[in-house]
Amino acid sequence: MNIDRDLALALLRQMMRIRRFEEKCAELYSAGKIRGFLHLYIGEEAIAAGAMRAFRPDDAILATYREHGHALARGISAGAIMAEMYGKAEGCSRGHGGSMHLFDAGTRFYGGNAIVGGALPLTVGFALADKMQGKPRVTACFFGEGAMAEGEFHESMNLAALWKVPALFLCENNLYAMGTALERSEAKTNLCAKAESDGVRAESVDGMDVVAVMEATQRAADSVRAGAGPMFLEFRTYRFRAHSMFDPELYRSKAEVEHWKQHCPIANFSAALRKQGSLDDAAAARLEQEIEAEIAGAVAFAEAGTLEPVELLTRDVYTPRNAS
Amino acid sequence: MNAAPAATRTTYREALRMALREALARDPRVFLMGEDVGRYGGTYAVSKDLLEEFGEERIRDTPLSESAFVGAGIGAALAGMRPIVEIMTVNFSLLALDQIMNNAATLRHMSGGQFSIPLVIRMATGGGRQLAAQHSHSLEGWYAHIPGLRIVTPATLEDARGMLRTALEDPDPVLMFENALLYNLEGELAADAGAVDIDRAAVRRGGSDVTLITYGGSLGKTLQAAETLAQEGIQAEVIDLRTLRPLDDATIVASVAKTHRAVIVDEGWKSGSLAAEIMARLMEQAFYELDAPVARVCSAEVPVPYAKHLEDAALPQVPAIVEAAKKVVGRRV
Repeated sequence: MNIDRDLALALLRQMMRIRRFEEKCAELYSAGKIRGFLHLYIGEEAIAAGAMRAFRPDDAILATYREHGHALARGISAGAIMAEMYGKAEGCSRGHGGSMHLFDAGTRFYGGNAIVGGALPLTVGFALADKMQGKPRVTACFFGEGAMAEGEFHESMNLAALWKVPALFLCENNLYAMGTALERSEAKTNLCAKAESDGVRAESVDGMDVVAVMEATQRAADSVRAGAGPMFLEFRTYRFRAHSMFDPELYRSKAEVEHWKQHCPIANFSAALRKQGSLDDAAAARLEQEIEAEIAGAVAFAEAGTLEPVELLTRDVYTPRNAS
Repeated sequence: MNAAPAATRTTYREALRMALREALARDPRVFLMGEDVGRYGGTYAVSKDLLEEFGEERIRDTPLSESAFVGAGIGAALAGMRPIVEIMTVNFSLLALDQIMNNAATLRHMSGGQFSIPLVIRMATGGGRQLAAQHSHSLEGWYAHIPGLRIVTPATLEDARGMLRTALEDPDPVLMFENALLYNLEGELAADAGAVDIDRAAVRRGGSDVTLITYGGSLGKTLQAAETLAQEGIQAEVIDLRTLRPLDDATIVASVAKTHRAVIVDEGWKSGSLAAEIMARLMEQAFYELDAPVARVCSAEVPVPYAKHLEDAALPQVPAIVEAAKKVVGRRV
């Protein structure tokens, strides 16, 4: 592994933050503090942690309903995300969105979309606007392989390629669309070939290797930003936890899950860092403590948050129009 | 007294084109996209010649991917542009319903008010051209069900000319429904015609005996019916709703408070419809003003058929409006 130690530790920290944050979410869900749907990203952290480093503050990010990791990696505070899950007014969507709809104008994070594939057309539009305005920005859209069965996927790929817009399509292939395995839902399971068939350049990447994700995304983002047209990356990954808190996981074997856990992006990256002398017990313990403190702070922030007054229920359906 | 501004003879189609041309010339963020808006000149020739004038970047032909190009319009609006998306006809808009409902109408509130989507979506609506059941429906009432959208239905040359500008200044998604039978409507348009408000309904004809409430493609038929009624001594007031969401309750209620009787004329179906909504609002807000049950003239509850005599029978027609008005006024036909 040939990367700077500080960068390596930053990647490890980001993955660990996401995992510990979500472990806390699961706990709080069981405690009844978080309601609605909760989709955990555990096992897939290398993608958000590695890919997000390629983007600049003025790039735009769109994601799916399994987006806690992307929101954290993009820089939305753990407190604002936790408060959102608590349904508090201090949440990043003021409690209107919940787990599946995290938004933050400040970091240009545009959700949190719970319609599978629903963000793909938007991505084309963001990128088109940048192209028409001559802004050297990239729009990145994270989505699962399940979205590739939607017509919107091919419509969006075609439009992005036709108009050569600076969009980066980041497919997190965790092999299951909820409980339906890829080979049970797609006649053609080569995802890159699907994107290429629409005229979009494509590359497949080991999504359990944070450095591979980072490097591939950086190359792709540079190319897209330079005007080479849209690109599609497939990150091969696996979800360690159930689809949501209601999923009894009847569709996959424990052995399969255990097999994939051997590829845990955090454990394997930690081991590699230890092997090369970049991480020792003391540093690892310090990292754990710092993350624990951050998450405790996020929970305290959410607990202390306020409920939006019911009088404001209808306020944001329309934009206030300036009297003129 | 000032002289009236010079008026020119024009059509609804040309008024829309004038509005598009002005919008494109005035604001570099505005662009038009949709199926066949460019080379073909627009399915209904609304955007004819605009490609030559403004170029392919701003008059953007799209593939037949309603969901993708409507969604792209939403994204572009979020990223600083002022897109005008043309959908060929309202039935095709159903292919983009996910984007309209789940993104355009929803993102602002769902994000806690962080974003506005200044997008205009134009589409043709309505029957009467023997195009059968996949090109002839009036689904604007469905869209008027959705919080987060604004629904406008220009029925006159002035509104065809003026509503687009006001819609483009609106920070939220506006859907503009153009009844396809109106494109050839001819009339005089003031040379200085420009932006119009889209907040208020308009009283298109004054009257004291009954209020006829309508919009879009049915306005002409309703005015004809009012003319017939006048010949028989019934003075009908005709309200053009203009905007279906939000509805201008005040204008409707004020008229009914005067006439005490109302008929709603709506090319949509009755069940679960805009006409039903207006009736409900009259019950809520004007019940004690009414001297007769409110009536409505709507499309028959069938997919609009092809054969002319069947299509005519399916859609609201002048005699039915006249008959409904006489009935609520209490005079036999």
